[in-house]
Amino acid sequence: MQALDIKLLRDFRRLWAQALAIALVLGCGVAIFLTSFEMYNALEDTRAAYYERNRFADVFSETRRAPAPLEAEIAAIPGVASVETRVVGSVILDIPGRTQTAVGRVISLPNGGLPQLNIPLLRAGRLPAPEATDEVAVNEPFARANGFVPGDSFHANLNGQKRQLTITGTMLSPEFIYTIGPGQMMPDNAAFGILWMPERAAAAAFDMTGAFNSVALSLTRDAQTAEVIDRLDDLLDPYGGFGAYGQETQLSNSFIDAEIMQLRTLAMVLPPVFFGISAFLVNMVLARIIALERSEIGLLKAVGYSDAEVCQHYLMLAGLVAIAGIVLGFGAGSWLAHALARLYADFFDFPYLIFRVSYDAYAISAAIALAAAGLGAGRSALAAARLSPAIAMQPPAPPRYSRGLFDRALGALRLSQPAMMVFRSILRWPVRAGLTMLGLALAVAVMVAATFTDDALDEILDVAFSQSNRQDTMLLFAEDRPVSVLEEVRRLPGVLVVEGHLYLAAELRHGPRSKQVAIEARPPESDLSRVIDGTGRVVAPPPGTILLADRLAAQLNAQPGDVIEVEFLTNRRETFQLPVAGLVTQYFGLGAYMDFDTVNTLFRQAPRVSTASLLIDEGHEDALHARLKEMPGLAGTIMLTESRRAFEDTIAENVVIMTTIYATIAILITVGVAYNGARVQLSERARELASLRILGFSRGEVSAILMGETLVLALAAQPLGWVLGSAIAWSMTEGFTSDLYAIPLVLKPATFAQASLVVLVACVVAVLVVRRRLDNLDLVAVMKTRE
Amino acid sequence: MDRPIFRTEALSKVYDTGGAKVHALAGVDLKLFTGELAVLLGPSGSGKSTLLNILGGLDRASSGKVWFRDIDLSALRERGLTRYRRDHVGFVFQFYNLVPSLSARENVQLVTDVARDPMDPAEALGLVGLSHRLDHFPAEMSGGEQQRVAIARAIAKRPEVLLCDEPTGALDSKTGVQVLEALKDINERFGTTTIVITHNAAIRRMAHRIVRFQDGRIVSAETNETRLAPHDIDW
Repeated sequence: MQALDIKLLRDFRRLWAQALAIALVLGCGVAIFLTSFEMYNALEDTRAAYYERNRFADVFSETRRAPAPLEAEIAAIPGVASVETRVVGSVILDIPGRTQTAVGRVISLPNGGLPQLNIPLLRAGRLPAPEATDEVAVNEPFARANGFVPGDSFHANLNGQKRQLTITGTMLSPEFIYTIGPGQMMPDNAAFGILWMPERAAAAAFDMTGAFNSVALSLTRDAQTAEVIDRLDDLLDPYGGFGAYGQETQLSNSFIDAEIMQLRTLAMVLPPVFFGISAFLVNMVLARIIALERSEIGLLKAVGYSDAEVCQHYLMLAGLVAIAGIVLGFGAGSWLAHALARLYADFFDFPYLIFRVSYDAYAISAAIALAAAGLGAGRSALAAARLSPAIAMQPPAPPRYSRGLFDRALGALRLSQPAMMVFRSILRWPVRAGLTMLGLALAVAVMVAATFTDDALDEILDVAFSQSNRQDTMLLFAEDRPVSVLEEVRRLPGVLVVEGHLYLAAELRHGPRSKQVAIEARPPESDLSRVIDGTGRVVAPPPGTILLADRLAAQLNAQPGDVIEVEFLTNRRETFQLPVAGLVTQYFGLGAYMDFDTVNTLFRQAPRVSTASLLIDEGHEDALHARLKEMPGLAGTIMLTESRRAFEDTIAENVVIMTTIYATIAILITVGVAYNGARVQLSERARELASLRILGFSRGEVSAILMGETLVLALAAQPLGWVLGSAIAWSMTEGFTSDLYAIPLVLKPATFAQASLVVLVACVVAVLVVRRRLDNLDLVAVMKTRE
Repeated sequence: MDRPIFRTEALSKVYDTGGAKVHALAGVDLKLFTGELAVLLGPSGSGKSTLLNILGGLDRASSGKVWFRDIDLSALRERGLTRYRRDHVGFVFQFYNLVPSLSARENVQLVTDVARDPMDPAEALGLVGLSHRLDHFPAEMSGGEQQRVAIARAIAKRPEVLLCDEPTGALDSKTGVQVLEALKDINERFGTTTIVITHNAAIRRMAHRIVRFQDGRIVSAETNETRLAPHDIDW
């Protein structure tokens, strides 16, 4: 091995602590880049393959009841490649050993066996026999969550008739990668299942013989989706079509889209921060090393090493740091990717995960890490190369201090000499001080951005449950029912309060914009389920008007006072012009609200309800559920208390994981910046500090000078960190907002305090580690060192 | 010893230190001969080190010419100077300038790695009497030993000239003598032209020739009729 290479390796070993501090920051960037890139690819590839192999449809529509021959007309729409009509319905399930009701979504299987579109993948057992009336295949997660195997059975209330259904097999479908039941906030596979039932049995159960109520289309390559949707709506309108929609709006698919978008945001936002900080740290440390090795550089040149060889020597030192960071990042990234893949397996029901090791991702992240280190090292290495040997052999001129404006201002403050030393040094190297401050501010920002989600989720829960949906349970009726049904419900065991609401599918239009939503019609006295406006007040939709969720209003570009067009997709499909009376704060879904009596008057109908909200006495819960399992005409139940508990548990777990990860990241950044900063200062000021010790300054006084600069910068970085953190948090709320949910920007003083505390403590610890070196300073040796 | 190895003509060097111009060399004409051991004497700032740096290709003259044999050093660009230092010149500095992270052998190897026809590092260290200290690091050696490593490093490439800037400046007389012995030995054994800068006038007595500097000019050049061995020199 060449002597210069030996020097390189020994220098690297000597600098291990500083190199490690940088490598950890760089490694974070590599790991996050790698993880998000790999998971992004895995999700995209898996979804694409699954959709293609199992022919996920391009367009979907539900309708009240369309005659079977309409299928031929749908197939004739230009651009339609194939049509799948089916019967779908919702049923209450009685699962052995489970007190609460569960909800099943029945989907018919054509007589020939599997459908042409949205083809389920048989995972175990067999398909139900075409003639069977009591056989179903269920989705695999539902079977697993309830401990079912093929051959097991459970009861279902099919259109008022309680039937025993036997499971013949388990399946997975591209339509249900993210399987979320009505009213659920996140998947609960024990409480919601997909039941594939032979067409004849399903049609009989839902009174759909010779008819269908759901249709899926695949399109030809050159088809115009919007046009096909319009044509399909035209055909289904007379039969109570609820409005066709494309793949991107399909529920399961939009959840995956949201996740993919988050991964992309993650890959774009975080790694550049780490790479930037790493470049700065490499620059700071290398500049100091080169200053220290000035005479060695002179020597290398004197004995005949070329500029390029000297430059390369220092670039390679930065390269070794980068390689250490890359190795750490590869390790952490692979581990994280697998951990995330396991997490995805819990949330997404894929039959397989195409997890190709993407050599591109490894190569790109390594290249970026090397480039970051090279960028940081470049200037110093070039300066080393340009150093003339004759000058390099002489000690460097003392840094030039001058009395500037700031200096005079400092003088006016009558600071102590050590304080002056600290402030002059900051002013002398403003770029370095600024970047150190920025690095520490970014650490604070990362913490703020990570912990704010905790408060945001609390706010979501508070608005969703404590303020808006205060009922324990909701009953969903298969068909809208006269309000007299509420009397029936009130007589059920344990029911304390009952409220009825009516849901109506509608298309809202304002100017060129339109959106399909479910409008909730509510009596003004509703108290279990409430509507909250932007100021937190409970509001009731004034008669003759409509209230819109703020995100819905934004999508329609509608303000309070604007008049929007509302086309109801149910009943007589009438269109009305309604003024927007106000906006509603809502983080789940896109809600629209109208007065109950107004709707009944508009439709000239006797009052009807689609749901009943209940407040129940927990002591009678078992008896209530036992009765619900038998109740005819019930399409589903929503257990809000359960839902809330599950949500809180999952969130609590995730918050702990996320806070730990981000706090670790913030600490790594802080330590990387503060430790290296203090080491560089110790190295620069060793003589100065030793002189002060010789002049009679105490250890404490001398360490105050050493620690002072870093701590002053750390304190100054806090407000900047709060601002940057708020900006990141804001961009996260913007980035994560979709039709499905929104995250409010909730920034509490405690969030800032916690972020600052973590960063300042990490900073003090890092500087104290360097301070210990000061205690061991050999005063005489330092004074003798020629520099 | 008749053939000049170095020849300078009206060599000048002006440093611009912000406001004032400093004439480090003010028109130096000098010939140095192959195999010669020359001592350059003079007070601080008299221009000796500047001359040595220019002769060694570490620095450039502001005006005038300098030749190494037939090579016009003043016409060489950076790459040519690097090549020249690599192939022809050995340096010994006052503060040794060893790389602290490399052992004695590795410090020598630093040079042999890039030289055309180098000695084995162990052989070079043997020549300065350090065969037993091959794997010691600079911090584990005395000042005299460190300087001898520096000499070994300088001679390992078999240079034609050895340029020594205050080689004994940081040493006591006993270790200083050891270093001078090593220099004399190399000069005699290999015929390496050796130029030594020193403050220490006593050292002149081991030289073939003594050149005195004052204010950037040569004030005298004399030949030593009777040379003394380093151990006979009275410090």
